[in-house]
Amino acid sequence: MAFETVIGLEVHAQLSTRSKIFCACSTAFGASPNENTCPVCTGMPGVLPVLNRKAVECTIRTALATSCTVQRRSVFARKNYFYPDLPKAYQISQYELPIALGGHVDIEVDGGTKRVGITRIHMEEDAGKLVHEGEFAGAQASLADLNRRSGPLMDIVSEPDMRSPEEGGAYLRRLHDILVYLGVCDGNMEEGSFRCDANVSVRPVGQAAFGTKAELKNMNSFRNVEKALEYEIRRQVELIEDGGKVVQETRLWDAGAGVTVSMRRKEEAHDYRYFPDPDLLPLIVDDSWIEELRATIPEMPAAKIERLGRQYGISRYDAGILASTRALADFFEASAAIYGGNPKTTANECVHWKDAILAGTLSPETISHAVEDRERGTVSATASKKLVELVLSTGKPFRTLRDEQGLTQLSDTSALDLLVDKVLAASPKEVEGYRAGKAGLLSFFVGQVMKESRGKANPKMVQEVLRKKLGPPMV
Amino acid sequence: MANVPVHEWSLLEAARKVRGKEISSRELTGAILARIEAIDPKIHAYITVLPEAAAAQAAACDEEQAKGALRGPFHGVPIGLKDIFCTRGVRTTCGSRILRDFLPPYDACVTEKVLAAGAVVPGKHNMDEFAMGSSTETSFFGATRNPWDVSRIPGGSSGGTAAAVAAAMCFAGVGTDTGGSIRQPASLCGVVGVKPTYGRVSRYGMVAFASSLDQGGPITRTVADAAALLGVIAGYDRRDSTCVDIPVPDYLAAVERPVKGLRVGLPKEYYEGGGLSPEVRAAVEKALKALTDQGAEVVDVSLPHTEYALSTYYLIAPAEASSNLARYDGVRYGHRAEGASGLIEMMSRTRAEGFGDEVKRRIMIGTYALSAGYYDAFYGKAQKVRTLIRDDFTKAFESADVLLTPTAPTPAFRLGEKTGDPLTMYLSDIYTIPCNLAGIPGISVPCGFSTEGLPIGAQLLSKPFREETMFTAAGAIERALPMRRVAPLEG
Amino acid sequence: MAITREEVLHVARLARLSLPEPEAERLREQLSAILDYVKQLDRLDTRDVVPTSHAIETGTPFRDDVVEPFGDREALLANAPDRLNDCFRVPRIIED
Repeated sequence: MAFETVIGLEVHAQLSTRSKIFCACSTAFGASPNENTCPVCTGMPGVLPVLNRKAVECTIRTALATSCTVQRRSVFARKNYFYPDLPKAYQISQYELPIALGGHVDIEVDGGTKRVGITRIHMEEDAGKLVHEGEFAGAQASLADLNRRSGPLMDIVSEPDMRSPEEGGAYLRRLHDILVYLGVCDGNMEEGSFRCDANVSVRPVGQAAFGTKAELKNMNSFRNVEKALEYEIRRQVELIEDGGKVVQETRLWDAGAGVTVSMRRKEEAHDYRYFPDPDLLPLIVDDSWIEELRATIPEMPAAKIERLGRQYGISRYDAGILASTRALADFFEASAAIYGGNPKTTANECVHWKDAILAGTLSPETISHAVEDRERGTVSATASKKLVELVLSTGKPFRTLRDEQGLTQLSDTSALDLLVDKVLAASPKEVEGYRAGKAGLLSFFVGQVMKESRGKANPKMVQEVLRKKLGPPMV
Repeated sequence: MANVPVHEWSLLEAARKVRGKEISSRELTGAILARIEAIDPKIHAYITVLPEAAAAQAAACDEEQAKGALRGPFHGVPIGLKDIFCTRGVRTTCGSRILRDFLPPYDACVTEKVLAAGAVVPGKHNMDEFAMGSSTETSFFGATRNPWDVSRIPGGSSGGTAAAVAAAMCFAGVGTDTGGSIRQPASLCGVVGVKPTYGRVSRYGMVAFASSLDQGGPITRTVADAAALLGVIAGYDRRDSTCVDIPVPDYLAAVERPVKGLRVGLPKEYYEGGGLSPEVRAAVEKALKALTDQGAEVVDVSLPHTEYALSTYYLIAPAEASSNLARYDGVRYGHRAEGASGLIEMMSRTRAEGFGDEVKRRIMIGTYALSAGYYDAFYGKAQKVRTLIRDDFTKAFESADVLLTPTAPTPAFRLGEKTGDPLTMYLSDIYTIPCNLAGIPGISVPCGFSTEGLPIGAQLLSKPFREETMFTAAGAIERALPMRRVAPLEG
Repeated sequence: MAITREEVLHVARLARLSLPEPEAERLREQLSAILDYVKQLDRLDTRDVVPTSHAIETGTPFRDDVVEPFGDREALLANAPDRLNDCFRVPRIIED
């Protein structure tokens, strides 16, 4: 029997705000335990939440960039459950009335474009962190660190529109790029800034109803998401083929073992008793605020790839690499604006020096000068690479280094004429040999000219001058 | 009034005399601390008395005044706080075992404002556990007694504050009112109690019972004192999202205004039915006469959904409370059960040991009302009825400026009389609850005594953020019906 | 409206309240009486009524995204029934 896979993804993105969503504590990563806490985020008696405007703006901008409808009125609700990393024993989230509904993201799969629906986007506060003393299962105690508590989170829930792990991965990467482009999330999966849960089920091809789904958690890289999905699909298909049934449950991805493992089912069914948080009033968003934020939405990755290809004539592949990071694409365009000679070379240089560019250690001037000097023949490919490396190590400008190091190529025809004449005059026997048909002697002359110029002559031009002066060899 | 003892002075009088250097804060505070020491063993209005801290505050006030600096309008005057307002470094128990030793790391907004006004805090007042009760009998620290008859309850949940004010163990106090918890004890103890408009006083640092209903407010011996104290604790606070940014008017000026032409509405539903004691009815009629004698007009109004208010309240308040009280889990502060073998057992036993019966009952009701399958039938339904109750008031205020009702159906009942039957106990808040559901302000002002010598209060309700209107009417009643405000207790 | 003993125990579990047997029965009776009373609300037709969560009509206010450190971690940790260094310590999570 052939099976079809159905995947829906829920992304939890930590918003790039300085302070937490409902209190003024810092969101900085890596502080010592409970350093970034206050009475509000530790849930002391009598404390109250106040909503961070920036967190709302980040969410609205995401909604606009994914074509969602921003709701003029949304409501924060309390999700009630007990856990030591949840100080008030409820999480403030949005439930019945989230801030955004009904958008989509276009992904590229198999050379075509596919649209993945977004059901909703809502805001909520993060939980704290628990460290277990010893092995989790055998731990005698756990330690609660509430630094991350009440960090601003945005939940983006997709429709079950994806049909393969590749589509899942493509959707996640595209969504990740969008959030990073917007500057609303740093996208760091290792630090948990961009987390993902997956709902996955399989059904016989042709069946309309969805199969029973499993929820997958604990995948901290794109690759792991794809691997977990692949494993889980195989597990479900084999289970059904063996006459078994998929159970609705939460499964954890064990990256080391490469398997998904059922989380021990809790004795009691979850009953979160959601109700509107009486400590917060409805979140009201008016049209002018939305328009103000719409004006801040930069060009999104898909549009950028398309435009870079069209405007600069570079390949879709290169455009894709450049557009994978907004900063890199901006750098490329800045370089191309300084020297517009050949954008393809500029693109190649940007891809080559990607890490340094993203680290902020190279300027668009450096790359544009490198490209220009190479195109003009002033600097060789090897010298150009060496010079950029020197820029990185010394911080001096490219052309200063070029002149200091004497790495300029001799491309002046009249100067080369003199050198070539000198070499030919000194080697009459070889000239005769060449003209008699020993074409291989050309490289001898080039070598002599290069030697005479102490390596500075442009070899390509030396060949041209030699050919002109020697004329064609006799046949 | 030649030889009124120091502790019986009104708040404004005491403040005036400190300002005029007729008495030092040290002497004034000393008199109150002595009074507490003498009287409180009988009344038990205080959970925590702060003799050293209060004396130190008073000394600091005197020193500053000697240098010409006054902290604020209540410079050097002792004002007590219900033990629901967080006080930094001073234990705040909420009348519960679960917070028996809790030291807040911060001050409530009300605490800050009272201190900034120059007040000295002599201690923290007893209360029903987590403000759940109408008699102050549910306090883990033991019941408070009514200063007018120590065999009776002072009302609740701010019973400690009302009793402390009526027994002159402070010049004023700040309580909280979720369904009548300021007005009902004020009525039963013969003092003035104000529940401001929802959003008028910051809830920051006030331990939450039912967040959409809770408001802090003054309990005092005179209407003018209440107006002055509300003027100090009211106002915008950016730490409370439900606090409204509207300027605070001069409430004190409103107390003296004439009531001529004021339209006093009598909601007929409050005077029907068998629950209202004839003595209370007669006393409220005297208050009405006091108003009409001074030129107020009477209008009949109807609040048709009144009979549903109690049910609505007993779904909404416990639902919010079940969530608000979930944080007492033994993890970060408060009581923790000993010897539990795992997390769930630790939390469940901590809460079973830490909470009293009434609190558990309400947590159970609230959890049930919010749980899957019951939300729409209970909590959702109650929120809709809440709309109908609000609309009733909006309509009534089209023809009336202020509504006059009894505060409580009977004078103070005896200790233990209603503890066995929660529903009967709930009925004592029947006239005060609709005001919280509608978010409007209310005041209880003394208007008479029963034949047994127990105080009776009249309730005045006005439009949202129009506290001045009810202060004007309450001032008129107070002027027409002068009566003893300090209970006759032997020292 | 009678509530069953199982429901009482389920709600107590949700609310993390351990409930000895006699207390469960007493609570069952009291809760049933209260629920009976509040069922009077069913007499009202509220199909077209908008629920009220607040008496306030405005939208929620915002804070600017500015960090204001509390600065007294010790005061926050001082009330902890059990702690290790700067963390709150709780018993093991997996129960037997």
